Amino acid sequence: MQLTNRAKQVDRKPMTFLESIYLWNIVKGMGITISHLFKKKATIQYPEQTRTFSKVFRGLHVLNRDAEGRENCTACGLCAVACPAEAITMEAAERLPGEELLYREEKYAVKYEINMLRCIFCGLCEEACPKDAIYLSQTFAPANYGRKGFIYKKEDLLIPHPVNEKDAYQKALGNRVEKN
Amino acid sequence: MFFLSIDIWLILEKAILIACIIGLSFFIAMYTTYAERKVAGWLQDRHGPNRAGPFGIFQPLADGGKLFFKEEIIPLASNKVLFLLGPGLAMITALVTSTVIPWGAPIVTEKGSIPLQVADVDMGILIVFSVVSVGVYGIMIGGWASNNKFSLIAAIRGASQMVSYELPMGLALIAVLFMTGSLKMSEIVANQAANGWHIIYQPLGFIIFFVCALAECNRTPFDLPEAENELNFGYHQEYSSMKLGFYLFAEYINMFVSSAVIATLFLGGYDIPFVNEASWKLEPWLMSLISFSVLMAKISFLLFVFIWIRWTIPRFRYDQLMNLGWKKLIPLALLNMIITAAVMLWLNK
Repeated sequence: MQLTNRAKQVDRKPMTFLESIYLWNIVKGMGITISHLFKKKATIQYPEQTRTFSKVFRGLHVLNRDAEGRENCTACGLCAVACPAEAITMEAAERLPGEELLYREEKYAVKYEINMLRCIFCGLCEEACPKDAIYLSQTFAPANYGRKGFIYKKEDLLIPHPVNEKDAYQKALGNRVEKN
Repeated sequence: MFFLSIDIWLILEKAILIACIIGLSFFIAMYTTYAERKVAGWLQDRHGPNRAGPFGIFQPLADGGKLFFKEEIIPLASNKVLFLLGPGLAMITALVTSTVIPWGAPIVTEKGSIPLQVADVDMGILIVFSVVSVGVYGIMIGGWASNNKFSLIAAIRGASQMVSYELPMGLALIAVLFMTGSLKMSEIVANQAANGWHIIYQPLGFIIFFVCALAECNRTPFDLPEAENELNFGYHQEYSSMKLGFYLFAEYINMFVSSAVIATLFLGGYDIPFVNEASWKLEPWLMSLISFSVLMAKISFLLFVFIWIRWTIPRFRYDQLMNLGWKKLIPLALLNMIITAAVMLWLNK
C-alpha cells in the first residue's frame, strides 16, 4: 500500500525517431507560448498605477495630532520599548508656557527618530502607544540615496496640521482612517 | 581609355543600393532587438520596454547610445590585433551575405532595367554559403583572442556547431537547386513565381534549412556559444562597449539576412502569392515597392518565428546538438534529396 496513489512510474523508454527530432513537442510548446501573447498582462505600470493595499497594510509611521493640531506624543517611550527592532529613539522635554497650542500635554518629544532600515513594520509601536500618537499608514518608505536618508526625523513623521493644512491632512489620513 | 569604359552610372546605382541595404540591415537589426524584447515580454505576460518614447520605440536608440558611452576595456592578456579584428569580422560577414539577395522586382525603364540586387552572379546562393562559413571566424577569433577559458570553449563549440549544421543546410539546399536548375537567386525566385513556392514541394527541406539557420545564427535553442549560465556569455565575455555591440548586432543582422535567404529560397522571395501581378499594369517603381514590401513582410514573419522559438525552447545540451545535427538532420536531408531526385526523374519520363 502506498502513501498516496498518485505516484507514477517514470517512463525510461528510449525516444522514438519522431520524438528524437523534437519537432512535434517543440510545436506543442510554441502553441503554449503563443497563447500567452493574448493573455492579460500581469504588470502594474508602477508610477502611474499603484497596487491597492490591504486594509490592514502596515506602512510608514505617522505621528498624530489632535483635532486642533496639537501633537499627541508625550515621549513616554513605550513605543521604543515595544519596538523589537530597536528602531525608535526619542528625547523628551517639558512644555513651556505659551506652547499649549503646539503640544497637547505637559511633556512632549523634542526629538523623535525612526530608522526605517531597522524597522520591520510590525506595528507594535502603534499597539503600545497609550496616546494614539503613532500609527502605521498605507504608504511605504521610498528609496533614498544614502543610509542617513532612511532615519526619519520628527518633521518627516508628523502628520500635516489639520487646521492650517487641511488638504494635506486629509490626504495623509488615508482611506483606512476615513472609514472609521 | 580604361577610365572611359567604366560605367559611372552603374557604379553609382550599385553604391546607392549598397548604402540602402546596409542602412536597412542596421535599421532592421535595431528594431529586431526591440521586437525581441517586446515579444519576450508578451510571451511572458509582461509589456516589454515601454518607457522610452511611445510604446518604447526609442529603446534601441537608448541601448545603442549606452553602448557607445561605455568604457572600452581591452584585456591585457589578449591578442590585441585579433581582439579588434573579431567583432569587425563578425559584422562584415553578416553584412556581405545580403549582396546576392534580390530585394524586389527589377525597376524596368526605357533605358534598361535596374535590378534591386547588388550582384546577380551565377553562383548566387553559393556566395551566401561561403560567406556564412567565414562567419565562424568572427566567433573563433573573438573567443581565441580574449585569452579566457570560457571564451575559448565557446569558440570551439561555435565552430563545431556551425560546421556541423552547414552540412544538412547544404543538403537541404541541393534539393531546391534540383528544382530550379540554377544557383542564381533571381532565377530561384522566378521559378517559384512560375511554379509555386518551394515550401509546398519541399516542406521537409524547409524545416531542415530553418533549423540549420537557427544554428548558424547561434539562436536559441542552439545558442551554445553564448550560453549565459555555463560560459558567462561565451565568446564575447571579454568584450565591452561598441565591440560587444558589434557582436550582438551582427547576430541580429545574421538573423535578418538568413530570414531573407529563407524567404527567397522557400517562400517565393518578393513574389506576391495568389495573384498575377503582371496583369495589374502598375508603374514599374510602384511594382518594385510592392514586391519589396511583400519580401519584408515574409522576413518579418520569419524574424517573429525566430524570436518566438527563442522564448519557447530551452538550450540544447551539447551532445543533443551534435546528435540532432549528424544523426537526424543529415540523414533526413539526404532522404529529402533522394526523394526529390527520384520524383523529378519519374515525372520527366
